[in-house]
Amino acid sequence: MAAALRNVTTYDLKLAAPLALGFVVFFITPLVILLALSFQADPQGSHYGLTQYVNFLGDRFSLGVLGSTLWLGVKVTALTLLLGYPVAWLHQRAPSWAKGTIMLLVLLPLLTSVVVRTFAWVVILGRQGIVNASLAGLGLIDTPLKLLYTESGVVIALAQVQMPLMVLPLITALSRIDPNLADASSVLGSGHWRTFRKVILPLSLPGIVAGCLLTYAAAITAFITQSLIGGGQMLFMPMYIYQQASTLQNWPFAAAISIVFLVAVLVVVSIFNALGRLSRGYTNA
Amino acid sequence: MVSASPSSQASSRAASQAAPRGQTLLLDGITQRYGQSVAVNDVTLDIRGGELVALLGPSGCGKTTLLRIIAGFLAQTKGHVIVGGETVDGLPPNRRSVGIVFQNYALFPHMTVAENVAYGLDARGADRATQRAEAQRMLDLVKLGHLGDRYPRQLSGGQQQRVALARALAVNPSILLLDEPFAALDKNLRLDMQIEVKRIQRLSGITTILVTHDQEEALSMADRVAVLSQGRLEQFSPPTQIYDAPDSLFVNTFVGSANLLGGVLVDFDRGGGRVRLDAGGLIETRAPKGDLLPGARVTVCLRPEHLRVDPGAEGVETLNGVVEMGLPLGATVVHEIRVGDGSAVKVAEPRLERGLLLAPGTPVRLAPVAPRLASVFAAA
Ligand SMILES: Nc1ncnc2c1ncn2[C@@H]1O[C@H](COP(=O)(O)OP(=O)(O)OP(=O)(O)O)[C@@H](O)[C@H]1O
Ligand SMILES: [Mg+2]
Repeated sequence: MAAALRNVTTYDLKLAAPLALGFVVFFITPLVILLALSFQADPQGSHYGLTQYVNFLGDRFSLGVLGSTLWLGVKVTALTLLLGYPVAWLHQRAPSWAKGTIMLLVLLPLLTSVVVRTFAWVVILGRQGIVNASLAGLGLIDTPLKLLYTESGVVIALAQVQMPLMVLPLITALSRIDPNLADASSVLGSGHWRTFRKVILPLSLPGIVAGCLLTYAAAITAFITQSLIGGGQMLFMPMYIYQQASTLQNWPFAAAISIVFLVAVLVVVSIFNALGRLSRGYTNA
Repeated sequence: MVSASPSSQASSRAASQAAPRGQTLLLDGITQRYGQSVAVNDVTLDIRGGELVALLGPSGCGKTTLLRIIAGFLAQTKGHVIVGGETVDGLPPNRRSVGIVFQNYALFPHMTVAENVAYGLDARGADRATQRAEAQRMLDLVKLGHLGDRYPRQLSGGQQQRVALARALAVNPSILLLDEPFAALDKNLRLDMQIEVKRIQRLSGITTILVTHDQEEALSMADRVAVLSQGRLEQFSPPTQIYDAPDSLFVNTFVGSANLLGGVLVDFDRGGGRVRLDAGGLIETRAPKGDLLPGARVTVCLRPEHLRVDPGAEGVETLNGVVEMGLPLGATVVHEIRVGDGSAVKVAEPRLERGLLLAPGTPVRLAPVAPRLASVFAAA
């Protein structure tokens, strides 16, 4: 029995080998090539240096794109959390037959292509779209509101598109909380709000952190939704990189801003991770 | 919300040391339905102030449901919960002044032990100093004064349970509810905690309801035991009465062990009755329960210690049998006797009196150690 168990662990490592190999070939190697590329001083690769990085960090336009992309992620994450938490809470409190329905509604977006979902938002937010048509029909507005090709439009669409990434970890975290804790809190004299603030919210922190991390990472790299809803007026990092590489054929600069973007994202991710570890520290009873 | 209650009130409460403060609790015709099924069926319990009452019954008989109704987590379908003469039916849990210790303790994992204990005081708006002092006092009471800074996960099961008890008592509730509080503890620790809880309950004089399916626990700890079966109250009496004078066949068999023998009721008066057993012999019993007439088929319940084995001496009007097996169990000796109608009867006797074990196959005569010990119920 003991021997059989030991064998399982050794096999485990071997079983992970194909994935590890794939990881090295398709992720580590391109990353190294990207890094090397970013140190080329000109597109021809005649000599090497920090030129591209100096260019990026010295350029207010480029820094602006980076800043607005990171900030976009913050806004989308905040909105997703604000809308997603009640959904997860509802799922937690719902009778079991309703749980399935809520879960299906949460997962539904994942079952359609992101392009389809994004075009749906184009239809909803457009000048002749559902929102404007309804408002005009009700006589609330004369001229159509500008929703499409605005940052608010991008934030709303991204929040909907990334919602499952927030709601699923939240549901997991909430379902791990012992229902007796809420009862204990109320019998000790707390109303609903105090119970939520003092017990439920702190204990769901691991889920909040995980959900925010996933949503943030997905939101700032969401090339399709950012470009289709944002249109030509708004430029975010993924599109910026694409333009430099494909349209302007400036591969070294594209590589350099990719690396900068990567580092910026890693910084944000490690902040989230540190928070996550903190919150998990006291919830793992 | 509840934090509206002034802190002065909380601190004055805290200042009044543990004086007997038991509130009466009346459960008046409580019924709880879940859809078609009835979890609690017209249960009425009149509990005195400061009393420790055990709710005893098999799994699924409605003990937890009754507790949740008292705490206010569940609104009963019918009936009233009356604390200290006032009905609390409309009040949410946070306004009921009830303390509860859950089976899994339900300590807040992200708070220290002291914060857990102070939680209820904080909800009542007590100031920091009062909270700290009172939490310390409660922790001292459960002998955990030195562990206030730990987190629940750093405590043993028994310590966690004491914290749960301290947390429940810190808000000075008028009723304390304990839902199978000892179920998760090992045997030795369980005994320690039972004594501990009893001590604290005596000290504080708080009216307490203990839910358990452990009959020994119920009989040893409670002032009165309420036996429930399938949502119905079977009997509500002091422990000795539950054991010696059960009201129903269910109580007789659920509490302690019993030999069940079929027979016919010969005659009876208020003091007792006589039953002719199918297995042979005439036996003097307690007065039969229920509307029985002479000649009715009855079930006689004899506890193993109610009988004595006399080897050899077979009589005419006696219960005769053959020894199947003898087991020495420490202070007692248990014999299993196969009697006339084929059923097996267990007899437990003090070993010092019994002397030798009887060999299998020995013919014996069974005699009650005293008249009128057996209970009689209508045949099932
Ligand atoms: N939410 C519910 N919905 C439907 N039926 C329920 C619900 N809660 C309890 N019941 C039923 O009510 C009856 C009593 O349940 P309860 O939990 O009070 O039993 P218990 O005496 O505490 O049992 P145990 O000793 O196993 O804890 C059971 O038959 C149970 O199946
Ligand atoms: Mg129960």
